[in-house]
Amino acid sequence: MKYVDEFRDREHARVLARQIAAEADSGREYRLMEFCGGHTHAIFRYGIPDLLPAQVRLVHGPGCPVCVLPVGRLDMALALARRPEVILCTYGDLLRVPGSDRRSLLQAKAEGADVRMLYSPAEALALARQYPQRQIVFFAIGFETTTPPTALVVEQAQREGLANFSVFCNHVLTPAAMHAILQSPLDAGVPLRLDGFIGPAHVSTVIGAAPYAIFPERYAKPVVIAGFEPLDLLQAILMLIRQLNDARCQVENQFSRAVTHSGNLKAQALMARVFERRDSFEWRGLGAIPHSALRLRDAYAEFDAEQRFELPLLVGRENRACECPAVLRGAKRPDQCALFGAPCTPDNPLGACMVSSEGACAAYYRYRPRQRVEVAT
Amino acid sequence: MCLAIPVRIERLIDAQHAIADIGGVRKQINIALVDDLQVGDYVILHVGYALNKLDPEEAARTLALFEQLGRLQAAQDAARAAEDPA
Ligand code: SF4
Repeated sequence: MKYVDEFRDREHARVLARQIAAEADSGREYRLMEFCGGHTHAIFRYGIPDLLPAQVRLVHGPGCPVCVLPVGRLDMALALARRPEVILCTYGDLLRVPGSDRRSLLQAKAEGADVRMLYSPAEALALARQYPQRQIVFFAIGFETTTPPTALVVEQAQREGLANFSVFCNHVLTPAAMHAILQSPLDAGVPLRLDGFIGPAHVSTVIGAAPYAIFPERYAKPVVIAGFEPLDLLQAILMLIRQLNDARCQVENQFSRAVTHSGNLKAQALMARVFERRDSFEWRGLGAIPHSALRLRDAYAEFDAEQRFELPLLVGRENRACECPAVLRGAKRPDQCALFGAPCTPDNPLGACMVSSEGACAAYYRYRPRQRVEVAT
Repeated sequence: MCLAIPVRIERLIDAQHAIADIGGVRKQINIALVDDLQVGDYVILHVGYALNKLDPEEAARTLALFEQLGRLQAAQDAARAAEDPA
């Protein structure tokens, strides 16, 4: 595939890895957080850690929307799905996340709830047209990448007067979560040391490079926005190492073929029209973060499932032994969770990080050879 | 879930829709978020929606950097080999 294969070239990967090894100072450590779950997945899929010298450490961040959704929000979706008039539709990953009673949407479906898997939010509108006598609720989730398509279907529903369509909105914002990580550097007394960020790829196609300027300015952390292919990641890591070696601290854009300074202005205007920031939103692992999530504006209130069904806010119960909260902050590696691998596996996920292919636990489980999991540092 | 891939625009249907080549399969996609698309452009596709146009010149520039780095390393190796024939 064009714009994919060229960025997976083995020879160039070798060249970049060699350059990283040559430039990374063996007298220091470089702790780089890839915020985005898509990056976490790619890092394991392509064995990037094995190409890096020991002093370059990748810390996995919370950028997987399924993983950071608190159990309470999932319980709310389960309550919606169990209403007889409702058809609840959402992306596949969400169907397998266990709720407070350890049941997932998939299990609710097996027990008779009408739950459907979507590839695209446009399919939710098609369902609303097809079943005018039912209530179609789109369980919307995602960072800034997935938000503009949701905004488009809300506008479309309003244009068509689809009175039986609503959105249970769980869209969250990347920069707000990065602030939260940097403002809570202590985890159980252990400082979370980060030297820089590998910035998200597709989120940045929408929001642009500009919103990251605050991280070098306020927190003295460099950011390099990177594409999703292995060469993109390696080059971004090299760019971060060079910034740190030169004591530079700025936002750089490795993914310049798709990300501009100001991003997709049309998509941003659309999001601003349809959504507004919530005062606060609970993130799994990070706690309540101010202004970190979106809800529908009053002009679209009739399409807001929380208002239409007068949904009470639920506070969920986490599986106590699940280390997702620490994994999501980059404070623990997945294999440091006692449940990792047995009994928690992608087929039997006990926490959200094992459900989504972008979750750190799932990526670790799928791509790390067993023996290496044990000796990994 | 956040997966998005580069696809080529094959045919424009209207201001909102186009046919794209997705790894050899032709499918209708929504292009309402991206202005001024032409046949042959590449876009990043996510959950059925084009998010942004790909810039072929920037892509070529990035690839050229990799080439350059490879040549630089080869030249350094050659220089080192010349200095130390053992
Ligand atoms: S291995 Fe399973 S239980 Fe442990 S942190 Fe990961 S998802 Fe949670």
